[in-house]
Amino acid sequence: MSEINTTKEMKATLSTPTKPKLSLGKRLGFTILYLILGVVAIFQIYPLVWLFMFSLKSNQEVFGLSPFALPQDPQWANYAKAWTQGNISLYFFNSVWITVVAVVLTVILASFVTFAITRMYWKLNKLVLGLFMVGLMIPIHSTLIPLFDFYNKLNLIDNPISIILSYTAFNLPLTIMILLGFYQTLPREIEEAAVMDGCSIHRIFFQITLPMTAPVISTTVIINMIYNWNEFVFVNTFISSDKWKTLTVGIQNFIGQYLTDWGAIGATLMISIVPILVAFLLLSNRIVEGIAAGSVKG
Amino acid sequence: MKNVMSNKTVIALYVLPALLLILVLVYVPIVLTGYYGLMDWDGIGKMKFIGLENYIDLLKDKMFWSSTYHSFQLAIFSTISLLLYLVISLVLASKIKGSDLLRKIYLIPMLLSSVAIAQLWLKIFDPNNGMINSLLEMMGVENAPVWLADPNVVLYAIFIPIIWQYAGFYIIIYYAALKNVPEELVEAARIDGANPVQIAYKIKLPLIAGVFKVTIVLAIVGSLKYFDLIWVMTGGGPNGASEVMASYMYSEAFKSYNFGYGSAIGFALLVICLIMTWFIRKLTAANDNNNQF
Repeated sequence: MSEINTTKEMKATLSTPTKPKLSLGKRLGFTILYLILGVVAIFQIYPLVWLFMFSLKSNQEVFGLSPFALPQDPQWANYAKAWTQGNISLYFFNSVWITVVAVVLTVILASFVTFAITRMYWKLNKLVLGLFMVGLMIPIHSTLIPLFDFYNKLNLIDNPISIILSYTAFNLPLTIMILLGFYQTLPREIEEAAVMDGCSIHRIFFQITLPMTAPVISTTVIINMIYNWNEFVFVNTFISSDKWKTLTVGIQNFIGQYLTDWGAIGATLMISIVPILVAFLLLSNRIVEGIAAGSVKG
Repeated sequence: MKNVMSNKTVIALYVLPALLLILVLVYVPIVLTGYYGLMDWDGIGKMKFIGLENYIDLLKDKMFWSSTYHSFQLAIFSTISLLLYLVISLVLASKIKGSDLLRKIYLIPMLLSSVAIAQLWLKIFDPNNGMINSLLEMMGVENAPVWLADPNVVLYAIFIPIIWQYAGFYIIIYYAALKNVPEELVEAARIDGANPVQIAYKIKLPLIAGVFKVTIVLAIVGSLKYFDLIWVMTGGGPNGASEVMASYMYSEAFKSYNFGYGSAIGFALLVICLIMTWFIRKLTAANDNNNQF
């Protein structure tokens, strides 16, 4: 995290004196490198630009003109159509609140567990941690039928509780893994002093530890947010009525009905993508860090 | 100190909610899926115990083997593409201006849902109005492939959006690992006259070997579980040409209502994933000198 920055600064100071003037060959080399990186960047970004363009086209343009042509007369009506006719506003709302509830639940529960594992003394803590970590390797599809049956028996099929609980259970392992790395580097002295002062464990957790872990909590919140916002299988399996569908399944349905209306499809996809893109623009450093932390520490 | 911090009630209070969730919603189901695999069951009616019949059928089921084969093909493609991501990261991590911005651009597709990615690429692959075939047409290619409708091409075609989706993820991981390589080592090698390729090969790569192994596990196990994108793009078609283990399990259970047989496939998927994880770790642990793993 901050280490990356310091090494970068160090690198800058180290490298400037050793690089007086670039030879022609070196400059050519750098040009080729930039060219390669640029091509990769275009490959990554252009499909989204193209999506935005066809989301503003009418069907005549899509089927009659080159797919690379700019929209002649931007059809913002496509967005209005997707938002109103496709129930997209409802799906959007469901995605938001289900994501928020699941993220809060996951991060709180994971913080409790990580606190107990790293700060408290008990015998089975290694075993419990192991259970959570092995959970990372278990494929969702191997749990799907029993989960469906379980929720069915509890009358929770077609009830958002089923997806919120599933999101929480399946995201706990990764969340705990990210939290763990941070908790282990966090000094214990403050907590120990609080114990000496007769502070209760709950107060220590909520008023000392939790605020101190704010940076890593924001990382886990973002990672969870992205996963839940984009989740498909659980909603597709456990939810059947439009009332509770989220955006991923909702857009899938909408597109099934409007197969040939490229403009409306493009607009729907854009609507589902934009919140994540905005979050990314605002928080890209945290997201990048979260992803790096999430896997490198494995 | 120890007394306060080993209060059993508090520990239970903090650990049990999460533990119960993961036990009930993850661990109990994987055991049950193996058990339901012994049943003839349509998901609604009564279960009928039929012993190992589903598992024996599974071993003889051509579709299961071809879907497993496709999953492993994806796993191999993914592992090979890691090398590509590694090369890009090496370039990115070496005195490149704007590497921060580039990394972020590379990551964007990873943030999108597989459903949105699948729908977008359905349009990109569209034989008549899609981006790729229009581009091929402009370049004068006749008889451009029909991509997702061609059983011989479909799996390779699907792999392109998979690369698109995951490239940024792996590049970020490798980049972070490369930035942790002590600069003094690289600088020392440079002073000794090592060229950038030698530095990468002899110094940087050995130092990030641990991270590389983690990503191999992620890529292989992730590919074996792969579902959303394929389900939306082809549903496993045409004619099962892009059927993978998870999509086969899903169609058997939730389209054909063979919950017993679907459970058997789900259990096979679990066993294969766990064996592969164990196997890769074993394989890569041979000359492992850091305990990153």
